[in-house]
Amino acid sequence: MSITVVLFWFLTALALLSAIMVLLSKNPVHSVLWLIVVFFAISGHYILLNAQFLAIVNLIVYAGAIMVLFLFVIMLMNLNAETEPQKNTWLKLAGAISGGSLLLILVSVIRSATDMTGRTAQVGEGNIGLISNLGKALFSEYVVPFEISSVLFLSAMVGAVVIGKKD
Amino acid sequence: MTLLAFDWILLIEKFVLIAIIVSVSLVIAMYETYAERKVAAFLQDRPGPNRAGPFGMLQPLADGLKLFMKEEIIPNTSNKFLFILGPCLAMLTAMMTCAVIPWGSHLELFGRHIDLQIADINIGILYVFGVVSMGVYGIMIGGWASNNKFSLIAALRGASQVISYELAMGLSLIALLMLTGSLSLRTIVDQQMAPGHLWNIVYQPLGFLIFLVCAFAECNRTPFDLPEAENELNFGYHQEYSSMKLGFYLFAEYINMFISSVIMATLFFGGYDIPFLDESTLNPNVAALLGGAALFLKVVFFIFLFMWVRWTVPRFRYDQLMDLGWKKLIPLALANMVVTGAVILWLKK
Repeated sequence: MSITVVLFWFLTALALLSAIMVLLSKNPVHSVLWLIVVFFAISGHYILLNAQFLAIVNLIVYAGAIMVLFLFVIMLMNLNAETEPQKNTWLKLAGAISGGSLLLILVSVIRSATDMTGRTAQVGEGNIGLISNLGKALFSEYVVPFEISSVLFLSAMVGAVVIGKKD
Repeated sequence: MTLLAFDWILLIEKFVLIAIIVSVSLVIAMYETYAERKVAAFLQDRPGPNRAGPFGMLQPLADGLKLFMKEEIIPNTSNKFLFILGPCLAMLTAMMTCAVIPWGSHLELFGRHIDLQIADINIGILYVFGVVSMGVYGIMIGGWASNNKFSLIAALRGASQVISYELAMGLSLIALLMLTGSLSLRTIVDQQMAPGHLWNIVYQPLGFLIFLVCAFAECNRTPFDLPEAENELNFGYHQEYSSMKLGFYLFAEYINMFISSVIMATLFFGGYDIPFLDESTLNPNVAALLGGAALFLKVVFFIFLFMWVRWTVPRFRYDQLMDLGWKKLIPLALANMVVTGAVILWLKK
């Protein structure tokens, strides 16, 4: 076992364990903190794939900004374990079954997809995730979708300001 | 058995480097508290701490001892685990930033080429941003876990302030990065050291100004120390903390100040470059030590600037703070970015 394999299994176990803890935690603040651990583990996977830029952007955007906003909302709502309404057992069961079947379908699709069969991850050797390659790809090959999505973001931002503005 | 096949000497070398850098940052943070009190005293025309040792030099040790000896109180209604995690995170994120900073060129000892930098990754400056954005959690978790309304309000203030100013900071850096074409801090310093090339401050004065203002806000320093505005919020997000856990929060602020001074010196003032001297003519070891000393002098100046401003400028109101961040600094940074891009295009033609 090389160090990469050890790290891969460690990060995988960490990601899965903390993803399960997101669901199982009674306290929503704990859920958010576990979710941040998931993002860290996924960033670790990106680094193993030599995609340093993606790894750090994942941390800055998701763990650093979006999760902070989640935390804001949850802290201000003041949710307590005592005041949390207990959900119906049947609802829980239905959720578990539908979620489980979705997982099953996704796994089978990914396993049988022709694009994926016979391919392995380029651990530590791929270089598309490095910032210069990614930048070149984004601004030459994918420049139109990139610009369109940036306009979309801008309009979403303007919309948020309009909704949030008191008049 | 090929498990854990490393270059062990490299590992030991990095380990020693990390130990040295971490202890140096801690000692500097310690003496920053002393310097803060001395600078405040100087600006207010009084002697300042002068009892412990010559010129009060042992005062930080006495303060540290006092913090360690105080009774540790964990409020009954707090969330105990998160209450302890908060200051730990604040300290951890403050210390982690120093991993990508080049502290000097390189040493040549025992036939080995030792870079005075823990890790030269090609996304250096983004790594700093990532760690800084994690620093919010120390404040937020601590403020929420204390189960105190003042702490919570202060934590929310602190977090929204840091997030808002991170934007302007990032935008002001984009213009600089367009000039350098690299995110690695060592490459940025090497470009400034190259003959015929001036420090980045000459090309990016406005970018530096925006960065400086944002650095003050990120470190929660006056005039932006709203999270710990004692006359509105009693004390701030660390109100319920006592003993060394409080010490950790205060200490993390001083380490942040040190690190942001280093980053400003590195990005805009040539890092370990000594002005008007060609380092390549010197013995590499001598050059590395002199360069480290030059960086240190620049950092001391910036730390003094932090203190000078703190004891000169009064605190902003919260809406003024947000106005400055969103309505003035961000448009200014955007304009700076566009102008820089246009000039680069024009000159390259």
